[in-house]
Amino acid sequence: MTAMVRKAGGPVRKTPAPGAVRAGQSLGARLVEAVGGGVLRVFLIVVGLFWLVPTIGLLLSSLRAPREMSASGWWTVFGRPSQLTFDSYRRLLENSEITHSLLNTVLITVPATVLVVVVGSLAGYAFAWLEFPGRDWWFLAVVGLLVVPVQVALIPIAELFGKVGLFGSVLGVILFHAGFGLPFAVFLLRNFFAEIPRELLEAARLDGAGELRLFARVVMPLGGPAIASLAVFQFLWVWNDMLIALVFTRSGTQPITVALQTQVRQFGNNIDVLAPGAFISMVIPLAVFFAFQRQFVSGVMAGAVK
Amino acid sequence: MKSATAAGTPPVPARSRSRKSVTGTRTVVAALFLLPALVLLGALVVYPIGYSIVRSFCNASGDRFAGLDNYRALFTDSGIRTALKNNVIWVVFAPTVATALGLIFAVLTERVRWGTAFKLVVFMPMAISMLAAGIIFRLVYDQDPDKGVANAVWVGVHDTFAPSSAFPRAHPGRNSPLVPDRGGFITSATVRVGQPVSLPLVGVAPDRMPKDAKRAVRAEPEPGKVTGTTWQDFTRGRGVGRLGEVDPSELGYAGMRIEAVKDGRVVASTKAAADGTFTLPAQADGARLRLPADNFREPYGGVDWLGPSLVTPAIIGSYVWMWAGFAMVLIAAGLAGVPRELLEAARVDGANEWQVFRRVTVPLLAPVLAVVVVTLMINVLKIFDLVYIIAPGSSQDDANVLALELYRKGFSEGRPDIASAIAVFLLLLVVPVMLFNMRRLRREVR
Repeated sequence: MTAMVRKAGGPVRKTPAPGAVRAGQSLGARLVEAVGGGVLRVFLIVVGLFWLVPTIGLLLSSLRAPREMSASGWWTVFGRPSQLTFDSYRRLLENSEITHSLLNTVLITVPATVLVVVVGSLAGYAFAWLEFPGRDWWFLAVVGLLVVPVQVALIPIAELFGKVGLFGSVLGVILFHAGFGLPFAVFLLRNFFAEIPRELLEAARLDGAGELRLFARVVMPLGGPAIASLAVFQFLWVWNDMLIALVFTRSGTQPITVALQTQVRQFGNNIDVLAPGAFISMVIPLAVFFAFQRQFVSGVMAGAVK
Repeated sequence: MKSATAAGTPPVPARSRSRKSVTGTRTVVAALFLLPALVLLGALVVYPIGYSIVRSFCNASGDRFAGLDNYRALFTDSGIRTALKNNVIWVVFAPTVATALGLIFAVLTERVRWGTAFKLVVFMPMAISMLAAGIIFRLVYDQDPDKGVANAVWVGVHDTFAPSSAFPRAHPGRNSPLVPDRGGFITSATVRVGQPVSLPLVGVAPDRMPKDAKRAVRAEPEPGKVTGTTWQDFTRGRGVGRLGEVDPSELGYAGMRIEAVKDGRVVASTKAAADGTFTLPAQADGARLRLPADNFREPYGGVDWLGPSLVTPAIIGSYVWMWAGFAMVLIAAGLAGVPRELLEAARVDGANEWQVFRRVTVPLLAPVLAVVVVTLMINVLKIFDLVYIIAPGSSQDDANVLALELYRKGFSEGRPDIASAIAVFLLLLVVPVMLFNMRRLRREVR
């Protein structure tokens, strides 16, 4: 598993073009290959378009007036670019419910990510380098929790939060995300920390570092790549969540996903809110994705069990 | 683990010793490091499991033991049964399709220089929320071919092969010589050579008239031919046009198909010119003229993607759009580890590309494929957002899945007992994977 994480960061191995090795082949074979290569390229371009078009459709829809949208398809923009307008965005950003929910998304996502990283690192370090009875069994138990569906906890935690007054609060949502983010965090970080060379830790120890210092000055910096993967993964996970927030927030604390979801029932009428809203909610995850592709990919790989 | 082995230490027993605490810390310190994680996990993950199990055996208000009633409801309640059935469809199709596509993409992108760019495009949907993906696909699947891109493409393809007619809703006016026949219209009298025929209809909206339609012209008699005019017998404004007569501003039905029918057999056929005139050969003499049904077919409206029968496959399509990239990236990483020499050896032995793929690449990738499929299955088991967002209210019951039913039962229908039973059922389904993960890790850890 850890080996996989490391591999993900490495450069993609280049393959020699098929046929490059076989110089002495017949003209016919080479012709077949050239045609095949052309077909392959066309196929991949078509598939690529297939993957891009839905998102482009959303983007262009968000840039048209609702009046235009009920009359014709977004692709008419290419014929009449004059219909493009930022009006929907302008109105959306004046909509205090939406802007407030965007703020809530940040208020939920950032602490939930930090909490998981910190708590997960502490536990990962303990599982990797500290000694206590039944250490590996405890770790196994945590690994067992990796695949527990969040649905199992919705009703019990709703009742629990109701009793302790956390229901509807941002803190409750953060805690829930932390709880369900932790098994993966502990799993990933423990495996990564365990590969830190022992000599490094011993050297620090000889310099008189205590356990906490060792953790903060040696383990955390060396664990950087894994922590980055975890942070990116967790950030996207929480930012993109709808179900948990749907259950545990109320109108003042709901994130953007929940705020938009209330509009979906009258899809046609609310498209001028939904399209730009969805696009705004995608901007940050996409930025994070493009900036930290490598970390995201290795996080996804390590999380292949979640 | 790997580092220990690489360091050249002897296997099993020494391994765990090699990670002994460097500081010789007391257990108390270890407990402090673990405490936050254990509290959160205990309260938010472990406790709910126990609670759900207990709750699933109680009645709705939670004050009485209900035995297996809630579990029985899983298999008797028709809503839950639809959800179960759909979940099975999801679990069977979504992971396999996504993995198959991922495999194809991973293998093919190795052969083009811009493979990385392609992968980025296919992988990108993984970064966005299911809510956003849901909204994206609500737009894609819009029923109106003028708005939803899926139907726009589909109708485009369909009309290329079966063009829709230009005259939907056209029908005979008052005192018309035409009567309905097999979805089209036929003259009640037979036609004669040299006597121009009038085939007037009304009811085609002005903006639906063929673009090349010209002003209708009264057909001249021709020796040995049956001639006539078919046109829109309607002039805007009260009492302006004369019924059954070609008036100055009336348009011909350009392209209208006309058949001459004798004894139920078509003996001749033609198409009207831009001014609505047509000419039939002498065989048409004594026949009745029919405007066949395909002139009047309603334009093809496309597929009802989000209707009751297609809604689940349509949503699965959007899931595959999101997750094929995941499969592709994992498989590509596995592919990078496949020794090239093996593939080359097979090619040198005369295997073609398909055989290499089928007999060498796929078997070597089997472990990765298994991981991908299992991961996606677990993921699909819990599918909620996409169904909740994409399925319109009218077909949400048909698209129902367990996670959605759990949410409805627990939070809008006030049945936390049944919801808990669904939760426990979902948990039971992932237990084998849970045990598998633990076993695999136990081998590694110790």
